[in-house]
Amino acid sequence: MPPVAGWLDDLDAVARQSLAFFANRPVVLNLARLAPDRNETNAIIDALKIRNIRVIAVEGVDPAWLDPSLAPLGSGKESGKVVDFPGARAPAQPRAAASSRGSSIIDRPVRSGQTIFHPEGDVIVLGSVSSGAEVIAGGSVHVYGTLRGRALAGATGNPGALIFCRKFQAELVSIDGSYMTAEQTPPDLIGKPVQIRLKNDAIVTDILD
Amino acid sequence: MGTVIVVTSGKGGVGKTTSSAAIGAALAQTGDSVALVDFDVGLRNLDLVLGAERRVVYDFVNVIQGQAKLSQALIRDKRIETLHLLAASQTRDKDALTEEGVEDVVGSLRETFDWVICDSPAGIERGAILAMRHADMAIVVTNPEVSSVRDSDRIIGLLDARTRRTEQGEAMEKHVLITRFDPTRAARGDMLAIDDVLEILSLPLIGIVPESQSVLKASNIGMPVVLADPSSDSARAYADAARRIKGESVDLAVPTVRRSLFGGLFRRAA
Ligand SMILES: Nc1ncnc2c1ncn2[C@@H]1O[C@H](COP(=O)(O)OP(=O)(O)OP(=O)(O)O)[C@@H](O)[C@H]1O
Ligand SMILES: [Mg+2]
Repeated sequence: MPPVAGWLDDLDAVARQSLAFFANRPVVLNLARLAPDRNETNAIIDALKIRNIRVIAVEGVDPAWLDPSLAPLGSGKESGKVVDFPGARAPAQPRAAASSRGSSIIDRPVRSGQTIFHPEGDVIVLGSVSSGAEVIAGGSVHVYGTLRGRALAGATGNPGALIFCRKFQAELVSIDGSYMTAEQTPPDLIGKPVQIRLKNDAIVTDILD
Repeated sequence: MGTVIVVTSGKGGVGKTTSSAAIGAALAQTGDSVALVDFDVGLRNLDLVLGAERRVVYDFVNVIQGQAKLSQALIRDKRIETLHLLAASQTRDKDALTEEGVEDVVGSLRETFDWVICDSPAGIERGAILAMRHADMAIVVTNPEVSSVRDSDRIIGLLDARTRRTEQGEAMEKHVLITRFDPTRAARGDMLAIDDVLEILSLPLIGIVPESQSVLKASNIGMPVVLADPSSDSARAYADAARRIKGESVDLAVPTVRRSLFGGLFRRAA
């Protein structure tokens, strides 16, 4: 099993930076790619529990290992957030290097209910991000379609991170923990190509033309 | 080997059962053999729409629990002989459908029928996942309004994650069927425009079924609309969708408001 300590560090950084990120969110844990044994599985679940992350189901491991309340999906519970554990990852790097680590290219739309969580670099979405969907990047977020959902850049502590989209209609954008809701969005931004950055801890928006 | 189609939506009441029956009947009318499977355990309404409710002896759950053979449970339609129904159980609880049971039944149906159409329950929970699990193709039924489109988007995400096919890295053909489209309300801007729906869902469109009295009347007399009122706009929309499913290319027009003198007068008065 690849080390998860670094991944947990990144998770802690997100939780510190980003508006009670996991508060009240049911999380479904997919451990298929990690292939942990029984003890490791329980260690991961416990590690999330002490972080007050509400794990409602665990997939990709032998259901017999789990507390019955964490039975895999498909057994009656509503599916909540799906958080993919990484397969193998490099040991944690200094935070400042966050955006220089690998970027992740998503070649399909991000649908309502889906979360893309990439604490190690930029996320590039070739399609749209739906209302009710969410992209979280340690680095910058690039959306080549319409951004209707939430985009959180610099989520592991990187005020230099940026958000770009071809058409802006976001529910929420956040950089390094500072955020702007749809309600706070200047109306002339809607539907425009937009760049979002942070200046003195405040969100600044520019229309790209 | 036949093709398994799931008819799904996320949101309830958008027209999954109506569409399953109509598309199933339209495919069967072309001479293909069709099995309609009702996954909505506890509600059982595909049999009503097909007018078969008084002929149900065994249902899906009986087959899974070994109380009946699949061939005993399949009900042949009285009007179209290539159309068959596997009814849902009204009396069992939802957990009576097991993962292995569903796999076995859908697997056997696929060997016998050209088309196996799975009418999904609403929601994004277990029943909906079971209905989509073995599908080769999905028809995502959407009404042109925000909550329906959003739920459909969510279901499409699940189709990409939770079906056997996508787990094995194979592609899954997905189509949007817009139902209950009201041209008058669309013209007034009270409904999402077709283009907006398609832009959000980014999937190909397989048909637009207008809001219509024919659909309601047909379901009240227990007939799919393609049989009850074949010349109606909605019946034609379903028949065309069935041809597109079979791979034919059929032009698709967005229904518009028919301008009548009275229509014009009323609109001005209102
Ligand atoms: N095109 C239409 N025009 C008018 N009424 C329609 C149309 N399509 C469906 N309906 C009506 O809408 C209601 C719900 O349809 P239906 O039962 O097919 O939806 P469903 O998605 O299967 O619902 P559920 O989620 O409960 O299973 C029914 O009364 C049906 O007759
Ligand atoms: Mg139904």
